[in-house]
Amino acid sequence: MKRSNKATTALIIFVMMLTFLNLVVVRGVLVGLIQSTVDVYKERFIGDVFISTLLKKDYIENTPNIVEIIKNLPWVTGYSVRYTKGGTIEGTYKERVSYTEKTNQANGTIAGINPAREDSVTGLSSKIIKGSYLNEDDTESVLIGAYLLKEYFPVESAAFQTLANVGVGSKVRVAVGGNVKEFTVKGILKTKVDEIDMRVFMLDTTLRSLIGRTDYNANEIAITVAPEIDPLIVKNALVQSGVEKTARVQTFEEGLPKFVTDMKDTFALLGDIVGSIGLVVASITIFIVIFVNAITRKKFIGILKGIGISSEAIEIAYVFQSIFYAVLGIGVGMAILYGFLVPFIAAHPISFPFSDGILVAEVSATFNRAFLLIAATLVAGYVPARIVVNKNTLDSILGR
Amino acid sequence: MSFIEVKNLTKSFKTGNTELVVLNNMSFKVEKGDFFSITGRSGSGKSTLLYQLGLLDHPNSGEITIDGINVSLLGKEERTKFRLKELGYVFQDYALVPDLSAIENTVIPLLMQGTPKEEAYQKAEDALQKIGMGERLHNLPNQLSGGEQQRVSIARAIAHDPKIIFADEPTANLDSETADSVIKAFLELNSHGQTILMVTHEPEYAKLTKRAIKLGDGKILADGEPESVI
Repeated sequence: MKRSNKATTALIIFVMMLTFLNLVVVRGVLVGLIQSTVDVYKERFIGDVFISTLLKKDYIENTPNIVEIIKNLPWVTGYSVRYTKGGTIEGTYKERVSYTEKTNQANGTIAGINPAREDSVTGLSSKIIKGSYLNEDDTESVLIGAYLLKEYFPVESAAFQTLANVGVGSKVRVAVGGNVKEFTVKGILKTKVDEIDMRVFMLDTTLRSLIGRTDYNANEIAITVAPEIDPLIVKNALVQSGVEKTARVQTFEEGLPKFVTDMKDTFALLGDIVGSIGLVVASITIFIVIFVNAITRKKFIGILKGIGISSEAIEIAYVFQSIFYAVLGIGVGMAILYGFLVPFIAAHPISFPFSDGILVAEVSATFNRAFLLIAATLVAGYVPARIVVNKNTLDSILGR
Repeated sequence: MSFIEVKNLTKSFKTGNTELVVLNNMSFKVEKGDFFSITGRSGSGKSTLLYQLGLLDHPNSGEITIDGINVSLLGKEERTKFRLKELGYVFQDYALVPDLSAIENTVIPLLMQGTPKEEAYQKAEDALQKIGMGERLHNLPNQLSGGEQQRVSIARAIAHDPKIIFADEPTANLDSETADSVIKAFLELNSHGQTILMVTHEPEYAKLTKRAIKLGDGKILADGEPESVI
């Protein structure tokens, strides 16, 4: 190996590097795809702790009391109280020429928010893709989620309709709780969270008056806590304060839809399967490399054995050679992974319909895979070396 | 007791249903400090005999004793250790590791014996100096002539001060001038007491040794002074 062909060595190390990246990156992207879904769900919708209505209730009773409890919790950094109600949004109704013409409408959730509070918790203003965010005095304006608009979500079925030809500045009619009101679309938002992108946002005061709610009982409260605090601590504090009697309290993990957690596990499994295939391919590659190397040097192996070098010493030399390939490949792979891929994908996430994919590559998991690859390489290097080394010494020397 | 004692040595090979007896109940002795040549026609069993004596192969039956040790009874590991410590080999085609320089090829047996690195390299260099390769220590085999490669092979064989050197047709691949120089190197080593067993089919080199045996039909046809044997 000492003076073996540099191009061949470089090629083998390159293959090992690709194998290592295959092991880490494929799984990382698959997991990252779901992880980013989880992250965005947490960041844009439910926060660290989420309070919602009990299953058999229309709203959270005693919301003002709960808000007071939240305000007094030292770990809370922000909260947003939301009023929600199912409703219908109709667009281009002024252009409709006959009653037989199909209405341009979509069903969605109408959400009433305090714009400043909502923005402090979910950063909603940063997700406006057209137009602008709501102000406190925007009583006649709404924000529309992109999935309610045909322009951004061109899917239409009998069960699910989207609004055509509605954009910023368009007039829309919002029908909710038996009342109808006309609004101007001030902005269009896209968070890649279905629950948000299928909502129409208006001021909480506007919605409350529209649905005739005179109390301050809301439907959702999203809470953010300090980064170093376990959301479970806040949840437990709320539970101990009796909030669970009138509302459901969940940490963000508990609040995730089951399909998301299922998908996360499934994608991790898929990543492991793909990685395992990569591992087998790497093992076969090393096996072939070492076998070809050893078989072409069979005569010299025989000579070494002939002059008294033990078979074990020769086998160890080949094992070291394969480990050398693996370690260098892993080293280069790690440099590319942490020096380029992770920061690059973090800065330029892979755009998927339901999330912005990131590359999840925890250091501990990466090292686990590196050790796995080294172990596989060790076996793949040892077996062919043993096969060749164990051939009859004299036959090897004489090239028989 | 002689340095090497061979008793009733038999080696045969099976080819299909027929058994070819190459060495047939052979017995002879070699004394310490001998330069012993094994001659005979092609296929007479010269190399086969050398491989049995050099512990590279197992005889079907018989006994080989080297310096009082019945090497026929040694296990695989013991044979390997014995070869490493007590024997030296020179092959017809030099048998150098192509990726290693002259000194690296020479130092292998020393390092594998556990000799400290510095001492091992010094001994390897001394061995190469001894056979006139002191100026080519760091050359790779492909940068050396055939004669030079064979000299490196000899240096590798003598570097660890073995009890016996086995040389299998060491001059077969060399031109006469280079072959002469290789034989001179052996003679020089023998003059300092080194026991050498050499297989050769070249009578002029066999004649330069102290004792020769001539093989034929699996038997020793002649044994004694080279002049009388050849």
